[in-house]
Amino acid sequence: MARRILGPAAGILLAAGLTAGLGWAPRDGVQGDVQRIMYVHVPAILAAYAAIALVFVGSVGYLGTRRETWDRAAAAGGELAVCFIGLTLLTGSIWGKPTWGTWWTWDARLTSTAILFVLYLSYQLLRSVVDDPERAATYAAVLGIVAALDVPIIHFSVVWWRTLHQAPTVLKPQAPSMDPAMLLALAVNVAGFLCAFAYLAVRRCRLLALEAAARHRALDA
Amino acid sequence: MAPFLRVTWAVFRKDLTVERRAKEGINGLAFFALLLLFLFYFTLGPDGERLRAALPGLFWLTFVLAGLLGLGRTFALERENACIDGLVLAPGDKGAIYLGKLLAVSLVMLAMEAVFVAATGFFYNLDIWAAVPRLVPVGLAGTVGFAAVGTLFAAMTAQLRARELLLPVLLLPLAVPVLIAAVRLTEVALAGGSAESSAGWWRLLLGFDVVFLTAGLLTFEFVLEP
Repeated sequence: MARRILGPAAGILLAAGLTAGLGWAPRDGVQGDVQRIMYVHVPAILAAYAAIALVFVGSVGYLGTRRETWDRAAAAGGELAVCFIGLTLLTGSIWGKPTWGTWWTWDARLTSTAILFVLYLSYQLLRSVVDDPERAATYAAVLGIVAALDVPIIHFSVVWWRTLHQAPTVLKPQAPSMDPAMLLALAVNVAGFLCAFAYLAVRRCRLLALEAAARHRALDA
Repeated sequence: MAPFLRVTWAVFRKDLTVERRAKEGINGLAFFALLLLFLFYFTLGPDGERLRAALPGLFWLTFVLAGLLGLGRTFALERENACIDGLVLAPGDKGAIYLGKLLAVSLVMLAMEAVFVAATGFFYNLDIWAAVPRLVPVGLAGTVGFAAVGTLFAAMTAQLRARELLLPVLLLPLAVPVLIAAVRLTEVALAGGSAESSAGWWRLLLGFDVVFLTAGLLTFEFVLEP
């Protein structure tokens, strides 16, 4: 199912969305072509939030049922969270250089996203350090739940921390009335990224299941 | 309710008895904090104004670093002689063990914090005594929040290899909101600032405390699995 529907859907939507975003959608009046990175940047962070939600759901499911399927879903979500948050930071940085004149600045959104990146990297580290698979799953589930609960708190704390110091002026997330063509291109890209996320998650779960089966077979032999 | 609190009290009293007899925790933590105080002097220079400006951040950096040592120690004690097996096998709600451990480690941290604040005022000749009544609630709420997440992950990492590395790596990103809120509130408390400017930070810090105390109580049984 994953291969037949999600994969092609992701491919078609991404191809269409990126073509539209990079070519067909109108050029931004102020930022020029640099703005087009939004068509990757915004979908990437939305896919990252979907991945974080998957980690949370998989973690709760695992602690509730003790079924390995839930743990594999959380593991896949954790890896994809790191990938998509990384992609968000990378594209944001590339956009920031010509727009703000610097690769990095301690803007509220940048900072909170960077903390999320570190948080889900540490999730990967925890998984890699625990040898016993069952214990790794349990510990990772506890961290997955605690981390997801922390995501909104981190967001608010960092936003307040910055805004109490200085009102966002240059770095303010722009909310101009967007051109309908831009909005359409963005929407197609968001759909494409979410399909790609779902496809990768399903495939990764399948691979993890096969790995576990191979391990069991090796133990039985 | 009563059995839960009885277990909490038993764990708390056990940890405090160990602490009272050995005094390892408070001595070690306070000594470490004082060493940091000297390091701050060497690295930031003798300029009192500069230190005063950085003081809220220095306070909480110290509390967090010394707190990491304290948290690591509280479950290292249980690993010796396999005491942790006793905790795992103990009947009743594992959340009660979590709460007892959390209270004990918070108390040791608060003692270290008191020593550090007093020593800072003394050595740097800063007039921070008037701010002490305003600092106490900030210290309490910040320490409990840090220890709420810290106790959970200290119990987890104590049973793993690479535990010295893993505890800070897991704990510090999670504790970022506590650190930000506590530093801001300490800033306000030292400056004798108004209550309304800090109301939002109080909500954030107390919200963090409540969320992660609840999460710790509910998930600790999974961490203490045999």
